[in-house]
Amino acid sequence: MAQVTMRSLNKMYDEVHAVKDVNLDIRDKEFVVLVGPSGCGKTTTLRMVAGLESITSGRVLINDKVVNELAPMDRDIAMVFQNYALYPHMSVYDNMAFGLKMRKFDKPEIQKRVREAADVLGIGEYLKRKPRQLSGGQRQRVALGRAIVRHPQVFLFDEPLSNLDAKLRVQMRVELKKLHQRLGTTAIYVTHDQVEAMTLGDRVVVMRDGWVQQVGDPMTLYNEPANRFVAGFIGSPAMNFADVRIAGENGGLWAEGEGIRLKVPAHLDNRVGAYAGKPVTIGIRPEDMRVARDSDPPELNIPAVVEVVERLGSEILLDVAVGSVTMVASVEPISRAKVHEQLQLAINPERLHFFDAETEAAI
Amino acid sequence: MIEGARWRRWVFFHIPLLLFIVFLLFPFYWMIVTTVRPDNELYRPWNAANYTPFWTLRPTLEHIRDLLTETLFSTWMMNTMLIATVSTVISLICGLFAGYALSRLKFPFAGSIGTGIFITYLVPQTLLFIPLADIIRNFHLGDTPWALILTYPTFLIPFCTWLMMGYFKSIPKELEECARIDGAPRWKAMAYIIFPIAVPGILSAGIFAFTLSWNEFIYALVFLSSPEQKTVPVGVTSELVRGDVFYWGELMAGALLGSVPVAFVYSFFVEHYVSGITGSVKG
Amino acid sequence: MATIEAVTPRVYAGTPRRGPITRLLEDERWLASFLLMPTIVLLGLFIAYPFVKGVLLAVTDTRVGIPGSFVGLANFEKLWHDDIFRVAVYNTFLYTFVTTVFKLVLGLWLALLLNRHFRGKAFVRAFILLPFIIPTVLSTFAWKWMFDPTFSVINWMLFHLGMITGRINWLGDPDLAIISVMVVNVWRGVPFYAISLLAGLQTISPELHEAAAIDGARAWNRFRYVTWPLLLPVTMVVVLFSVIQTFADFQLVYVLTGGGPANHTHLFATYAYQIGVGTGLLSEGAAVSLAIFPVLLLVVIIQLVYIRRVETV
Repeated sequence: MAQVTMRSLNKMYDEVHAVKDVNLDIRDKEFVVLVGPSGCGKTTTLRMVAGLESITSGRVLINDKVVNELAPMDRDIAMVFQNYALYPHMSVYDNMAFGLKMRKFDKPEIQKRVREAADVLGIGEYLKRKPRQLSGGQRQRVALGRAIVRHPQVFLFDEPLSNLDAKLRVQMRVELKKLHQRLGTTAIYVTHDQVEAMTLGDRVVVMRDGWVQQVGDPMTLYNEPANRFVAGFIGSPAMNFADVRIAGENGGLWAEGEGIRLKVPAHLDNRVGAYAGKPVTIGIRPEDMRVARDSDPPELNIPAVVEVVERLGSEILLDVAVGSVTMVASVEPISRAKVHEQLQLAINPERLHFFDAETEAAI
Repeated sequence: MIEGARWRRWVFFHIPLLLFIVFLLFPFYWMIVTTVRPDNELYRPWNAANYTPFWTLRPTLEHIRDLLTETLFSTWMMNTMLIATVSTVISLICGLFAGYALSRLKFPFAGSIGTGIFITYLVPQTLLFIPLADIIRNFHLGDTPWALILTYPTFLIPFCTWLMMGYFKSIPKELEECARIDGAPRWKAMAYIIFPIAVPGILSAGIFAFTLSWNEFIYALVFLSSPEQKTVPVGVTSELVRGDVFYWGELMAGALLGSVPVAFVYSFFVEHYVSGITGSVKG
Repeated sequence: MATIEAVTPRVYAGTPRRGPITRLLEDERWLASFLLMPTIVLLGLFIAYPFVKGVLLAVTDTRVGIPGSFVGLANFEKLWHDDIFRVAVYNTFLYTFVTTVFKLVLGLWLALLLNRHFRGKAFVRAFILLPFIIPTVLSTFAWKWMFDPTFSVINWMLFHLGMITGRINWLGDPDLAIISVMVVNVWRGVPFYAISLLAGLQTISPELHEAAAIDGARAWNRFRYVTWPLLLPVTMVVVLFSVIQTFADFQLVYVLTGGGPANHTHLFATYAYQIGVGTGLLSEGAAVSLAIFPVLLLVVIIQLVYIRRVETV
């Protein structure tokens, strides 16, 4: 039962403006992910919600109460850290019970809650061990367990999966998702990994240089990125970009660039039309390109030279040169494209993105 | 290491190491031999024919007995123990607190306070003993254990603070942040989470401080005057030497027994002591 | 920060109410002041205050029991013309320089020996620290006994090794006495150097040596171009610490010679003690003590500059 609200939140360190005017409404039971490259202000934002960082200006509200001046201990939140922050001198049980002891819960209640949480996470047999006797995955679970025994209003996660190896990370990601579905506690999750963001978040907040770039559910971010940064950050392999100029010819609009001449799809005409004669950036996701067939209309093809072929099994990635730009195309696994081969790549016109060359905003 | 021929190993390794060991440990051997040597053997000139420097055929405990029964040695031991323990505890508490504040908290003048404490770390006792003796007199602390209990921390606290700062920096910040989110006030996060983790550092600092205060001489020499108030180093120096007469048997027995507590503490915590030394120069 | 609504913390189930002190200590600045209070009080009372008092004493003519009046720099001027003080100055610098060189060379040598693997290494390391941890005054008495002209075991050894023919009065001859004091200082200081430098050596990755060996560097060059530069920061700190301690040394001279024979082996500290406590001329004694200060200041400045430089790298 908790909403978290941020109102024009700012953080200044001496010279650095780390978080700039962040506004965010997180609904009850929602799982919101803050994502962005390192130094984008996502962790600082989270720490201001936690009360670990002072707030330079703006407000953080939990359940419509301003908590700016409230000590972390009184905010009724729980946080999972990247390095787990398990107390090395305490057993797993004591680690999980610490928060409850601090809140003066009585002993049977503490035992009951720790038991419950340990069973949910499958760490019941390790309760007497010290953290150093556990594997990375087990430590991660203890850190989670310590958060959930408290039944807090809000969960905060600061890159909790970054220290795990790739396989375990995927596994814990799924478990986290399940856990959230089961407990339904409001959660704010910080990561630099867009895959984690997309898979975990009910909504994803993309940040850069302290600014919020876009807030939306994962598919909206993917399908309708608000600007070039979000478009390039979300999706893997990353979206391809090329600088082009919009020209009006033969009653249609054309995007012309080095080695590229594409017809702008009719449904975008009135938006792109304003840019006639001006430079813009086009964005094409690798998965929206394929090796052209004869039936494909030539005005939606790009001529390209294959430079590298990466066979991933389920798909093949072609690193191709288009003019002087390198692009990546994800093509069907049956493709027989070879290095140095010249070919035509067909673009899915429905999924072509245009960005203002100066503001980088989506058109 | 690339292994050389056998003789090279002897010349460049075994023999030098052996010489070092003999040079560094011989005085202690000498202390022990002298302690158990009867007086008639003790005062035999080195060029006498029957001078047997390295052993004695009739070991005796009379020097130790004399030391314990005819001097105030046991009183000095108790005094030193009390003073060293209390001043170590005071310094540890202060150093723990100050080290935590300086390594973990943001507050105005943190930098200059840190530098100030570091500078006092370097101030030798011999620079201040004369005016300090005056102050001790004015506070009416002269010739009481308090004169030392309160002044020893001045050279122990900076050291403990320095060492603890280094230790705290090695403890991840997230631990106490997590504790604070878990519902602990700052001071409880410090006392229940950080301090227990810092126990090895506290031990190092404590042992080091204890040996330093056991070792201290000039303050004890200047601030204490009556024989029954003295510490071991001062007692041995002033009470076992009468004018030009040195009671060598008792002196060496006193030196030996007076070293036992430090050696004892040290033997249990060699590693902590060594990390204390290295911590004291690394910071 | 225009308008922030009044904060009314919700009291959660099981949450104890916070007392006013806990609330106060949640503020970093208050907590820090509280934590630093005892240290600042003690250091202020017994370091800063005596220092100021020492300076004030040095410009008066106070004696024990007789409050003095202001005499300006007369005490220092008197010292300038004091032959014993000059000897003490000379001795202190000589003593510090010579022993530091020996301690560094021998300490480094010992550290390099201990850095190899051999059986009983931990044992040896534990034992060689004894000179450093055993109370200095007590071990110095053992040396004084070994230096005794009539009963000296050192004389016996040298005689039987054929190096001397008659007796040597180690502490009775002015030149020999200062050398004897230096020997004991080196003896006491070598373990500290060795253990500190050993710790420094152990942080140097053996791969660097292997890489240098593969590059064709011989043992000396490996030391010169790999070990020494990496060891320099630790060495620097160890030397500075030790220089201060040696410069302000008191115990060794007090026990071994008491400044004699004929005031030939005084250091700053022992001379200050003799004048200030022995003779009761508090002001003059304080002035002698204060003479340590410029050197101390210099070392502190080097230290701070050096640390800052290391930290900014």
